[in-house]
Formats: sequence, C-alpha cells, structure tokens
Amino acid sequence: MNGPSRIHTLRLLVAWAVLSVIGIVIALFIRLPPGDQSRQAGDESSLLQLMLILSVPVFVGVCLFILYAAFVFRQQGKGLVDGPPSYGNFRIQVAWVAVTAVVVFFLAGVGIAGLNGAAQATNFSTSRLATSGTAPVGSSAGHQVQVQVIGQQWYFTYRYADYGGAESLHLVLPVDANIEIHVTSTDILHSFWAYELGIKADANPGVDNIIYVTTMHTGSFTVRCAELCGIWHGNMFDTSGKVVSQDEFATWIAQLQKDNADLKLPPYAPAYFPSPRVKGA
Amino acid sequence: MATAALVEGGGPPIIQASERRLVLPTNILTGILLAAVGYWAGVQLGNGFTLNDGHNTGVLLGYSFASIMFLVGVGFANYPLARLFGWRVTPQPAGDDHTGAWRYLNLSLDHKVIGVQYLVAMLMAMLFGGIGAMLIRTNLLDPTTPIVPPDRYLTLVSMHSVMMVFVASAAIVGPFGNFFVPYMIGTNRMAFPRLEALSFWLVPPAIVILLAAPIFGGFQTGWTGYTPLSLQAEEGFDSYIVGFTLIGLALIVSGINMLTTIISLRAPGMTWTRLPIFVWGVFSASILGTFAAPILAAALVMQSLDRTMNMSFFISSNGGSPYLWQNLFWFFGHPEVYIFILPAFGIVLELIPHFARKPLWGYRTAVVGLLGVTLLSWFVWQHHLFMSGVAPALRPFFMLSTEMISIPTGIVFLVAFGTLWQAKISLTVPMLFCLGFLFNFLIGGLSGVFLSDVPSDVTLHGSYFSMAHFHYTIVGGEIFAIVAATYYWFPKMTGRMLNTTLGKIHFWWMFIAFNLAFMPLFAAGLLDMPRRVSTYAVSLQTLNDWVSFWAYLLFSSMVLFAVNLIWSWFFNFKTAPANPWEVRSIEWQLPTPLPRRNFATIPVFTGGPYDYGDPKAKPVADLGGPPDRSDPGRMGGQLEPTPS
Repeated sequence: MNGPSRIHTLRLLVAWAVLSVIGIVIALFIRLPPGDQSRQAGDESSLLQLMLILSVPVFVGVCLFILYAAFVFRQQGKGLVDGPPSYGNFRIQVAWVAVTAVVVFFLAGVGIAGLNGAAQATNFSTSRLATSGTAPVGSSAGHQVQVQVIGQQWYFTYRYADYGGAESLHLVLPVDANIEIHVTSTDILHSFWAYELGIKADANPGVDNIIYVTTMHTGSFTVRCAELCGIWHGNMFDTSGKVVSQDEFATWIAQLQKDNADLKLPPYAPAYFPSPRVKGA
Repeated sequence: MATAALVEGGGPPIIQASERRLVLPTNILTGILLAAVGYWAGVQLGNGFTLNDGHNTGVLLGYSFASIMFLVGVGFANYPLARLFGWRVTPQPAGDDHTGAWRYLNLSLDHKVIGVQYLVAMLMAMLFGGIGAMLIRTNLLDPTTPIVPPDRYLTLVSMHSVMMVFVASAAIVGPFGNFFVPYMIGTNRMAFPRLEALSFWLVPPAIVILLAAPIFGGFQTGWTGYTPLSLQAEEGFDSYIVGFTLIGLALIVSGINMLTTIISLRAPGMTWTRLPIFVWGVFSASILGTFAAPILAAALVMQSLDRTMNMSFFISSNGGSPYLWQNLFWFFGHPEVYIFILPAFGIVLELIPHFARKPLWGYRTAVVGLLGVTLLSWFVWQHHLFMSGVAPALRPFFMLSTEMISIPTGIVFLVAFGTLWQAKISLTVPMLFCLGFLFNFLIGGLSGVFLSDVPSDVTLHGSYFSMAHFHYTIVGGEIFAIVAATYYWFPKMTGRMLNTTLGKIHFWWMFIAFNLAFMPLFAAGLLDMPRRVSTYAVSLQTLNDWVSFWAYLLFSSMVLFAVNLIWSWFFNFKTAPANPWEVRSIEWQLPTPLPRRNFATIPVFTGGPYDYGDPKAKPVADLGGPPDRSDPGRMGGQLEPTPS
C-alpha cells in the first residue's frame, strides 16, 4: 500500500468506526414495533432492532465512502487527468464476499431460529386454561385455545373451536396462553394482520392457514387486512381486538356462547366454500 | 405461383416474383385505422361468444385483435406475406424511406431510430405513471375523506403500478440497449432487426390499452392481479391482461434478439472480457426476460380463460388454486425486478469508470456479480408468499436464497468503490446521478434484508415498508440510472447536449425530494399502514401530508427534466461535440451526428473500454482503413445492415 493510500484508508477507518459506534448506540435506544404484547411480537422487535444495528455500519460505511470520494478524489483544475490504472485486487474481493456471506448466513440463521421459535408453545405454570381438546391435523401440542379467523369482504369474523364454534366480530384472547390461529376466507384473498401481536397470515378461500401466537400482556390491538381485497380494503380493520385476563376471557366466552345460542351458524369446519364470484354485501 | 428465392449474387436460380402490392400503404395511420377495425371486429365476435355469465369477452378480443391489426397496419405483415405468397419485397419498410420526424413515427429497422422511439415512448409512459402517483398522493392528503371513491382510487393505484412496471421493464434495454449495444460490440445492426422493431411496436398498444382501463370500470387488483379478486374485476381488467401480455412479448423478443446479437455479432477483438459492463447488464437482463416473460404470458392467458370461460385454473371452489397464480406470477415477477435493476447496475458501473477516469476495478468480479444475481433471481420468488401459508417448510430455503442476493449485489458496490478509490472524479450530471443511485440503492438493499427474514417480514409484509423498499430500488435505483444514462448518451443520440446547470439543479432537487418523500414511508409501514389503502389511521395524517408535499416536488423535478430535454433537443441548435465527456468508449469515437451506417468498415477492437491512465493501453478500436477482405476476422463482421 502506498503512502497516500494508507492515509485515506486510515482516515476512513477511524471516521467509520467512530460514526458506526455512535449510530449503534442510538440504534440501541430505538425500540421498534410491534412491541411485546406477544412473545412473537417481542421476537420480531428484537430481530428488527438487530438488523437495524447491523445495517448501521454498512450504511455509515457506504455513505462515508461516497462523500469522501466525491470530495477528496476529485479532478483538480482544468483538463482531465487519469487516475491510477488499478484493475482490481483479488484478496480484497475475496474478503468482501466472505464478509457479506458471513453476515448473510448469520441473519438467515437468526431468521430460521425465530421461525422455529414462533410455533413453539410456552409452558405457563399459572395458566388455568385446558389444552385444546379438538386439535386437528397439523396442530402442535401445548396450544390451549384454537381460534378460526374468517376473512370476507370486508371484515373478519372469529370462531372459537373449543367453545362450540361460537362466533364473534372482535378478536378477544386470554393472556398467558398459547393460541393456535386458523386463517381462512370465504371469498377472495385477505391477510389477517394483528399488528401488536406480531402475526400475519393470508386468508385463502378453501385453505386452512395455521399460525401461532403466545400472549404475554393484556391490552388492545388492531386487526387489519394486509392483502388487497377490493374497494373497501382500506376500511377492513378493527381496533377493538383485546388480550384480557383468563377470568375475563372465561366470562366473555360464556356470554358469547349464550348470545350465539339462537344463531344458525354453519358447523365449524377448516374451510368454507361459497362462490368466489359473489361480491360482498 | 411458386415461392421466390430472393438471393442476391448466387445461390439457386431465382424464380420471378409476381408483382403485388398491399391495398393500403403501411404506416402508422393505417395502423391506427386497422386497430379500430380490429377492435370493432373483436367486440362483435366476443359479444357472440360470451361463455361465462357476467364477463363480456368482447373487450378482451377487441384489444387482442386491435393490437394484431395495428402491427399489420404498421407494416409487420408485409415481409411474411410477401415471402409466403412470392410477392416482390421492398428492401426496407416505409419508415426508412423517410427522413425527419415521420421516420420516427413509422416502422424502422434502424436500431438508432428504434432507440429514440423507445426513449420517447418510455418518457411518455413515465409521465402517465407519474401523474397517477400525484393523483394517489393527492387522494391521501386526508385520511378519512378521499377525493375519489375507493374503486377509482384502486384503479389509479393499479394503473400507476402497471404503467411503471412497463417503464421499468423496458426503459433501459429499450432506448439505450437498442441504441448502443450494436455500437459497443461493433456491429451495424441487431441480429433480428424486425424483432427489434416488434419489441418496440408492441409497447404503444400496451400503453394505450392500459390507459383505456377506466372506460370499462378500471381494475382494482394492483399490478399483482391476484385471483380470485381479479375474477370480480370488470372488463377494465382485460386492459391488464392484454397490456401486460404485450409487454411480456416485447420482453421475450427483445431478450432473444439481445442475446443472439451479443453472442454472435461481436466484432473481431470484442472478446467476452472486453465487453462493456453495460452490455453485460443488458445481457443478464435479457436472459431473465427471455425465460421469465413466457411464464407471465402463459399465466395471463390462463387468467383470461378463467375470467371468460370458467376454466378454473385459479378458482378454488372448482378445483383450481389461487396459489397457482401467485406462484406463476412471482416466478416471473421476481426475475422481473432484476430485469429492472441489472441494466441499471450496468449503466452505473459503465459510467463510473468514465467519470472517475480509472479502469473498472474488478471487471471479472463485476460480471460474476451480475450473472450471480441472474442465477439467484430464479430461486427467491416464494419470499412474496411467506405469509400465504403455502409450503411453510420451504421458508428457510427461500429466506436464505433471498439474503444471498446481497452477496452479488455487494460485489456491485465493491466494484464501484474500487473504481472510485483514488480516482480523478468529474462530478458531471451523469456522475451525480450514479452516486445518488449508490446511496438510494443502499437503502433499498438494506431494507430488503429486513423484509427477507421471515420473522421480521411478518410485521413488514404488505405494509408501506415494502412499498418504500421497492420504490427505493426502482425509483431511487433504476430511474436514477435511467436519468444518468439520458444525460450521458443524449448528445450522441440526438446531437444535442443537455443543459448542465439545469441538470445539476435537477439532481439535487430530485435527490432531496425523493429521499424526503420515501424515507417516512418506512415509518408508515412500521406504524401499521398497509399498502393500497385509500383511508388510513388519523394519527398518520401529518406523515402522509409531508410525503405528498415532497412527492409533488419530486414530480416537479421530473418536469424540470422534461423542460431540459425538450429545450435542448428542439430549441438548441448547437451540435454537441463528438466526444463531450472525453471518454474511451467506442460510441464516442464516432462523429456526431451519427452516420446512418454505424461503421464504414467493421472495427477491430484492440483495447478495453475503461483502460484509463494505463501507459500500456491501446486505443479502444481500429475504426479506419479500407476493409481488408483477406482478413477473415473482418469478413466475419461483414453482415450487411439492410435485411430485405
């Protein structure tokens, strides 16, 4: 490495290190959504923050380099001068590819671990809910409440399999529970997105799409549709989803079953098959 | 009578062709007339065959017939009909008999004319798409009381997205690929000039048909056209089917043509390792276009059969599956986004060495990077289906393959940085846009990593975060590269320089407005704003109004660009110097305005295009001298530019 080259490298490295550290410290204080209402949401928040932290040095490095090059490596005076004829450096190229590969495989590893963790049940010693008795095919052990989400133009309804398929217009879940959510649709594609719970799954007609969520804190959450589903897609949301204590949930579900008594609901099924051509009401 | 073998200078004995002329002269006016006739005939036929309740086949057939008849009227049928029936063939179609503007409005087989035609068509399409974006942002000024009803709003969103996908697919390979690839590889023409012209003439009908969508109720499906939502759409959706199919066909014929040209028409001395990196970008995008677009075309035909005849490829209640459409669409759709960006990489890596006045650092690695993206792009499509419930066991694979894309993309950055290292940079307007590209694409790429990990994608999927991500890669990336290429090559294409002061104002205006408009949209996505909504949470109004404000400024920066283009092109009569940037690349060694025939003799390449500052460097090519017919290398390049 020649003299000027070493000076440029040194300057850039020092500036990069200092700015990256500052950036990472700031990133450590940024709490990203979706929050900690469920274990999955907490995992997502942590992963998003990890990615933010990892992208700080990359972002700082690239910006710094562009600015440094634009200001320092400029043509001086009139008339064009050629730069040094360097055609490449094999070792730097190999090192660069190796570093990006390591970061990529690390992130993929974290992602795969998170993916496996999202479906695992947490063991709550204090929980008074019985483990679901009507576990269908594909259900994993240890999930205590099974809820079906049915998308239709342009609202979601929820059926509780363990409580006679009782149906509600708002999603209410008990806290400290492993919940198995079955998402389906009666007309076209929707996507069930409970923002604060950190879960999202497409609702397909004729398909039983299963996801898991473990509630950790009581509170309200918003449910939105995240897949374009026609003209009132933007209005397909419900801000009154709730995670409540297990006692409150027991009271609520009992009331719901009572209210449902004289409704003639179709029998609970993994999927329903109406005609896709009929537009919503 | 028998067919005519029109072989000049030898071959089998020529059978006398019968003299025959078409009833109408073939030009654009005939094309429009025949398109109207074709539309009418298609509608009549379709009305007689409405096989499926609720959906009229007339519009679909009308559009299809109109497109075919338009191409016939423009002159695409002359040659095949003449060969088929043994009529005498005029050596060139009508367009090339003309001079001036009329030549550019008609079928021409000259790659220079096609390049300019493409440039104008793409800029107009970009204007339509941009107006759509402005209307969308205006509608989002208020969270609860939109100006237009939601069906019109979603039609706007869909038309904006499809129009911009048309632009993004063709706005680099079309204008700059067609114009400069033959120069860069040292040939007088493309391998298939008629296919080259066809790839352009498919575009205007596609744009017009897409713009006609609101007449038949528009379509509310976005550019993804997911079923079963598309089954609910009215005849406006036929615009999507036919328009997108035409663009798909344009991608296929252009891809085949580019691949053949680059592989087989390189001049002597133009080895694979001397090929300008822009040509490599076009080459890799052409591989994707050739093999991905047929899937789109086939899937769109399946959609139209579902809609008109209940074929049930995608109707789940009849045994089909919406997943099939999603898989087919994204199996095309993800290579498609690399069709957008690979030529943009090519432009940026092409321009940086010229303005840094250094050789391209790590040329071979850059080529490996481009081809690596090309290869990997076939293995990532299911990341669009992470939330769909299909094949959960495959998610780790697609997560890994998606993240691996950052390795070849990182190479592109490394090559750019290596070239900038200790360079002598001239901060010309094209160079500013290239540096802007690097910044914007960095953010686009980093946000892509957030979307690629399944657990974080759960929150970001289908939200404004993903919308901001792809606008950073396509607008901040590809459009910046297109603008850079326009400023760079405009003097050679039109013989006029673009105004530098306006150009610099344009850069800073566009760069600032773009970033201030799109950066907050990442936050909107994290704050649970889904894509394609006409109403949103009241708490997000300030953010949305800010975005709309800067979006207007972004649009006005493009208006400034248009002013610069029009003024410099038509009201500035000073011919540009032959090599205003003083660069090595071969197209700048030729006189301005360019002669009708590219090279009097096929050049022999003797050096690389980026060998700046190298005392051992040879001139890029030997352009002069009479053709040495005893040199077999030169004879190999002697393909005449005038296909009959």
